[in-house]
Amino acid sequence: MVSVLLLFAPVAAALFVPFLARRVSSVHTGWFVLAVPLLLFIYYLGYLPEVSGGNVHIAELPWIPSYGISFVSYIDGLSLLFTLLITGIGSLVVLYSVFYLDKTKERLGNFYVYLLMFMTAMLGVVQSDNVISLYLFWELTSISSFLLIGYWYTRDRSRYGALKSMMITVFGGLMMLGGFILLYLMGGTFSIRELIGMTPELVQSPLFTWSLILVLLGAFTKSAQFPFYIWLPDAMEAPTPVSAYLHSATMVKAGLYLVARFTPIFAASDLWVWLVTSIGVLTLFWGSFFAVKQTDLKGILAFSTVSQLGLIMSLLGAAGAAYHVEGTAETMFKIAGFAAIFHLFNHAAFKGSLFMVAGIVDHEAGTRDIRKLGGLMALMPVSFTIALIGSLSMAGLPPFGGFLSKELFLTGMLSLRNFDLFAPASWGTVLLVVAWIASLFTFIYSLYFVFGTFTGKHKPEELPKNAHEAPAGMLVSPAILAFIVVAVFFIPNVIGKWIVKPAVAAVQPFLFDSPADVDVHVAAWHGGLTPELSMTIGIVAVGLILFWLLPKWQPFYGVVPEALSLNKLYDASMVLAEGGANRLSRSYMGGLIRNYLIYMFTGIVVIVLGSLVAKDAFAIKLDGLTPVGPAEIGLILVLLAAATTTLIARRRLTAIISLGAVGYTVALLFVVFKAPDLALTQLVIETVSVALFLLAFYHLPKMSRHDEKRRFRVGNAIVAGAVGLMMALLAMSSVSQRALPSISEFYKETVHSEAGGGNIVNVILVDYRGFDTLFEIAVLSIAAIGIIGMIRLRLTRKGDGHEKQ
Amino acid sequence: MEIIMSVIIGFLFMAAVYLMLSRSLLRVIIGTGLLSHGAHLLILTMGGFGGAAPPVLTDGVTDFVDPLPQALILTAIVISFGVTAFFLVMAYRAYQELETDNMTLLKGNDEYD
Repeated sequence: MVSVLLLFAPVAAALFVPFLARRVSSVHTGWFVLAVPLLLFIYYLGYLPEVSGGNVHIAELPWIPSYGISFVSYIDGLSLLFTLLITGIGSLVVLYSVFYLDKTKERLGNFYVYLLMFMTAMLGVVQSDNVISLYLFWELTSISSFLLIGYWYTRDRSRYGALKSMMITVFGGLMMLGGFILLYLMGGTFSIRELIGMTPELVQSPLFTWSLILVLLGAFTKSAQFPFYIWLPDAMEAPTPVSAYLHSATMVKAGLYLVARFTPIFAASDLWVWLVTSIGVLTLFWGSFFAVKQTDLKGILAFSTVSQLGLIMSLLGAAGAAYHVEGTAETMFKIAGFAAIFHLFNHAAFKGSLFMVAGIVDHEAGTRDIRKLGGLMALMPVSFTIALIGSLSMAGLPPFGGFLSKELFLTGMLSLRNFDLFAPASWGTVLLVVAWIASLFTFIYSLYFVFGTFTGKHKPEELPKNAHEAPAGMLVSPAILAFIVVAVFFIPNVIGKWIVKPAVAAVQPFLFDSPADVDVHVAAWHGGLTPELSMTIGIVAVGLILFWLLPKWQPFYGVVPEALSLNKLYDASMVLAEGGANRLSRSYMGGLIRNYLIYMFTGIVVIVLGSLVAKDAFAIKLDGLTPVGPAEIGLILVLLAAATTTLIARRRLTAIISLGAVGYTVALLFVVFKAPDLALTQLVIETVSVALFLLAFYHLPKMSRHDEKRRFRVGNAIVAGAVGLMMALLAMSSVSQRALPSISEFYKETVHSEAGGGNIVNVILVDYRGFDTLFEIAVLSIAAIGIIGMIRLRLTRKGDGHEKQ
Repeated sequence: MEIIMSVIIGFLFMAAVYLMLSRSLLRVIIGTGLLSHGAHLLILTMGGFGGAAPPVLTDGVTDFVDPLPQALILTAIVISFGVTAFFLVMAYRAYQELETDNMTLLKGNDEYD
């Protein structure tokens, strides 16, 4: 219970932020906010011994018990790792933002409210065991990310980036919700734990593949996988602390979390293994290839993030492969699971520090354009050191954490060659080669990032500001992260024991019963020239040569068609969707009542005639009908003539008079059909109506007084003819198939004894069904009041202003 | 008789719909008038024309026409009269203010789409 409420601690704290931001203006609001993630981090550290021992911690807060929806905080190795990343890096980012965001110029209240909202959302995503509350928090991360990207909302680029990320991640989120609902339909529970428990039954279901694809769509959009990565580079318009926190260390890893969390269920399908691995490797290559093209520091880091997320994704796919193989190959895939979690941890550390360095450079030199930067090494030695550590770790060099995870990654990719259970055997080799080339590009852009910024010639004339070292407070957070990056290299097995192995046990429960079973030992030196090591040496050797020649071949990126960037595709589809919807509604919403009437009449005819045919409901019965008399025939002929005259009348007066004729003929028909009250009413009312028609006719404006010729319209005639035919068929069918006798016998028998009347129709109107009459009187009153209102109330227009409003 | 009346009702509906689709506002309202006539006759026809005498108690008569459809039609006539009167005055006001009865011109302004 308490640990569920803790999820909401940041959002609860956010309630006080606007107050602090407004009232306590002497202290930067960030200092107060800092307490929240820091306390949570320390609190969650306390879980480490319990969780690394293989225990899990569950707390539940019912939300909608009747539907089985509740907030469940489920802390195992995987969620604890993410929780620590969120709160730990969250603390560092808040600390960094205190120095990054100006107290007087920025709206700090907004910033920290959004950030705390995001923190709750993210904690909720990683700790939720109930898929519905997981989805709730998932969308909350999209919304708070949207708000944070659009933080400087007066800039066009910010709003564009915010909208783009919103569109793509919410699309994925909705797909994911569909996947969750399918899982519920298959398993009958919203709990992930219980779903994992019933994996063998789930695999049998025909819905299984669909839910797999839908959940993967959610994960791929959130984690910026190919082809959904395009929102991430545009999200770089956010303030740098946001980019560091959301778009490198936490939110974009929500998709990885999702894949890792659902691996025990979906890895049972080979489709999952191949899809996750292939898309991951493709994203890895694509991101690293385009990162070299970028000239903006944060652009390089954005593509690098995309690429590294692809790397982790491919490792998770390989980890899923362990479900299918046994023996020696199995031990290889155990390493993939370990590598995925290990690199996830490493990446959060070094990418966070790199973003912070990019922010420092931006802050102190005034630009992030790498073409203007250079030679900052002497001016900003501390930032340079941090950037060097981060970049070399990203490139995968010793003595940094990235080296170890890169080696493990290569092991994982090498082992994929042995996984030829379902796809052609050579596919694993293709993946390996692509992964190697991608690592080569990773090496190049890492060097490009750090050396392009800090070495070479200093160009003070191109910089908006006089570059100098950042204040110490700003350097604290990246320095701590850089320290972690180095420390990981020397104590990988400590990190492995406490953090990585519990998470691996959660991802691959089909392999390990407890974290202690994860028998992976990381070492910087495996003794001898392993294939992994020789591949790394190859990357370094070729990478150095290519980096040396970079100025020669970087311009060739200009030749690579812009269409490959997929942004064009997104923009075009947006324009197409908007313009297409606009054109579509314009095409049928013309504003002419006639057209709308045609739609309605056509719809009615199609539905009624369609069901007459489909249900074979048409029937005509000629016996038992009332005989036809001469009076009826005469009246019908008059009626037909009058109605025809109305139709073809050239002048309005003729039409009105013949309408009157129709009315009087109907009254006479009422006489013939023995309905005296109807005949009386019809006569009177027809007279008044015709008078009214004549009034309206008399007041026709002069300009349109000339009676234009009635053009015969074929379309109208067809619709009208169809409606007439439909009504005739309908009337014949219903009169021929009467199912029940009339209830009127009751009225006829009781009209005198019960109601004391002789005129049955009148007794029905005022006694048996008096309510109808009451409200019919109301209708007449309303019509009368309305007519008086229309005639008497003349709000004259004041000039033209009324119209133009 | 019922079959013939069905055909007549169909004809009235056809004429009404054709008029409602025309360009002049007055003709649209004439169309609604024809439509209500058609509907009233339809109700009457659906009740059947059986029975020898009007539904008023008279000595020695037991075979009355079905009174229920007549009561329904009476209500419908009054309501359609109220609505038609309202429409006509509205059309009259529209003529006065807008000086046109052409439905094509009454579709509003593209500016306010």
